[in-house]
Amino acid sequence: MAIHLTKESKVLVQGMTGGEGMKHTRRMLAAGTNVVGGVNPRKAGRSVDFDVPQCLKGLGSTPIAVPVFGSVADGIRATGADVSVVFVPPAFAKAAVVEAADAGIGLAVVITEGIPVHDSVAFTAYAKTRGTRIIGPNCPGLITPGQSNAGIIPADITKPGRIGLVSKSGTLTYQLMYELRDIGFSTCVGIGGDPVVGTTHIDCLAAFQDDPDTELVVLIGEIGGDAEERAAAYIRDHVTKPVVGYIAGFTAPEGKTMGHAGAIVSGSSGTAAAKREALEAVGVGVGSTPTETARLVLERLGAGA
Amino acid sequence: MDLYEHQARELFEEHGILVPRAEVTDSPKEAREIARRLGGRVVVKAQVKTGGRGKAGGVKLAADPAAAEITARQILGMDIKGHTVGKVMLAQPVDIETEFYVSYVLDREAGGFLAIASAEGGMEIEEVAATRPQAVARIPIDPAEGVTSAKAGEIAKAAGLPPQTVDVLVRLWEVLVREDALLVEVNPLVRTGQGQILALDGKVTLDDNARFRQTRWGTDGVEHDDALEAAAAAKGLNYVKLDGEVGIIGNGAGLVMSTLDVVAGCGARPANFLDIGGGASARIMADGLSVILSDPAVKSVFVNVFGGITACDAVAEGIVQALDSVQLTKPLVVRLDGNNAARGRAVLDDRAHPLVQQATTMDGAALRAARLATTA
Repeated sequence: MAIHLTKESKVLVQGMTGGEGMKHTRRMLAAGTNVVGGVNPRKAGRSVDFDVPQCLKGLGSTPIAVPVFGSVADGIRATGADVSVVFVPPAFAKAAVVEAADAGIGLAVVITEGIPVHDSVAFTAYAKTRGTRIIGPNCPGLITPGQSNAGIIPADITKPGRIGLVSKSGTLTYQLMYELRDIGFSTCVGIGGDPVVGTTHIDCLAAFQDDPDTELVVLIGEIGGDAEERAAAYIRDHVTKPVVGYIAGFTAPEGKTMGHAGAIVSGSSGTAAAKREALEAVGVGVGSTPTETARLVLERLGAGA
Repeated sequence: MDLYEHQARELFEEHGILVPRAEVTDSPKEAREIARRLGGRVVVKAQVKTGGRGKAGGVKLAADPAAAEITARQILGMDIKGHTVGKVMLAQPVDIETEFYVSYVLDREAGGFLAIASAEGGMEIEEVAATRPQAVARIPIDPAEGVTSAKAGEIAKAAGLPPQTVDVLVRLWEVLVREDALLVEVNPLVRTGQGQILALDGKVTLDDNARFRQTRWGTDGVEHDDALEAAAAAKGLNYVKLDGEVGIIGNGAGLVMSTLDVVAGCGARPANFLDIGGGASARIMADGLSVILSDPAVKSVFVNVFGGITACDAVAEGIVQALDSVQLTKPLVVRLDGNNAARGRAVLDDRAHPLVQQATTMDGAALRAARLATTA
């Protein structure tokens, strides 16, 4: 099963013909993603050949030709696509997401970093009215190992399994995926490090709770905002599966942005300590390092087995 | 980026919000001239991007142009919470009848903006909210509709503000949207003895992500508290200076934050935050190393890289090339993990630099870097 993304997902790539789009479309194809098309109005009607390594059975060595459509709507009409991965530059991201929502895409994964907050506010609110789920922006996307990869998460560092993961951070996601590669993951979702994101920790907790393939959830948070505190309250009231947490940014000084636009402690709010306390108060084991977090996961799974 | 008060005032004025007559200067002599132009009696206000200016002696009334010059001389160069005063704003005093508070702030979890307003202005809004929460109105704004006159009327009514503030609330929203601001705050918004509504002091925070379409302020307002941060910014590095002795380089904001925490957990203090991103090229590695090594407080350096998209052997090649262009003066602990980790470690072993050591785990590497820094 997994959440939000399966091998049935048909993926369009907005911005596929750009540098990042090309590089990651090839990687998505190599991970087995069913990439059904790219979108670029200036290159509509052509197709792009991707030389995908033969890491999957049955692919052979022939290049995979991916058609380019003039619009998301054209792509959906021709292929039945239900997921779009957005690589377009910040200045054009809002228009791209609005276009995808108008075309009726079910899920838009916005990888682009550096989108103005007013644009993110506008397109996340608009997408809600159209029934489109947004993941991101400024995120690595999501992966259901062995089935599909929508975004830039490295697919070859882990394997399919029974852990669900939701995280604000890309590299911490990879670190945990790798540390727990022997158990494997149902789905890993990088929700992004911007102040305004379309999908929250809570949205993913709810989906993992309902996913029969997920036995335990890893929740990775960082300083800024109160999404983790809200997630803790949600866990207390709605999540019966074990949850293990990790929070980054205990040593971050007040008032400084730490890499991610949303990672900032303002006054006494958004601190790592408050987030850990909130999670621990509802029975979530919180690791003090990524490695200890992985160990807590093993303990919890061992106890339940 | 936060704007200075005088920049916020300028924006408010452009958007048709009444503000006191005022001018800015960095010279006491000119302050005297300005005071004369403004009618003699002026308020001299330090221009710094921090709160609590009044308490720190950065806001003073001057009775005449001569006093304005003396006061400006006192305030210019003053240190307020680590910020040096480079400019003062001289403003005409205002006959204040009542003080209000209004702001639009980003509500991260709601994914939109929130109007916060109170009839009890002048003091810190957090204090009012803590002691008398019922005195503070918080109204979410629908991003598709924004603040119409009707919405502004709702905000004013909920906060107990007079009807004349409705127009100001609409115009402030225009400031927020047109300038790509994340925060617009007026505190206090005052009603004068003559019944005018005037923005007496304001704070505006602009969205750094919107710089490509908001070029007006350039990078003038970007303050670096520290020379190393300025040097790093000039090289396009994502660097924050901290007070410790272990230099940190990592890839990905979350992993770097985590690295700082793990080093702190080993009994040392991180000297900086530096995220070199996914690519970790030789040039970025060399730039990062040179900034960190120029920090005299640094006793050891910890390079913590997870090879995902860029595999560890490529990262190791980058480190080796960087070592050719940067004179390593402190011990360097490298932890490579993820794709092609074994090959990456072999690349570094082959280079056999006497000051470079490797550790296979993040926790082990952090401990080693911490010990090197605390026993050095």
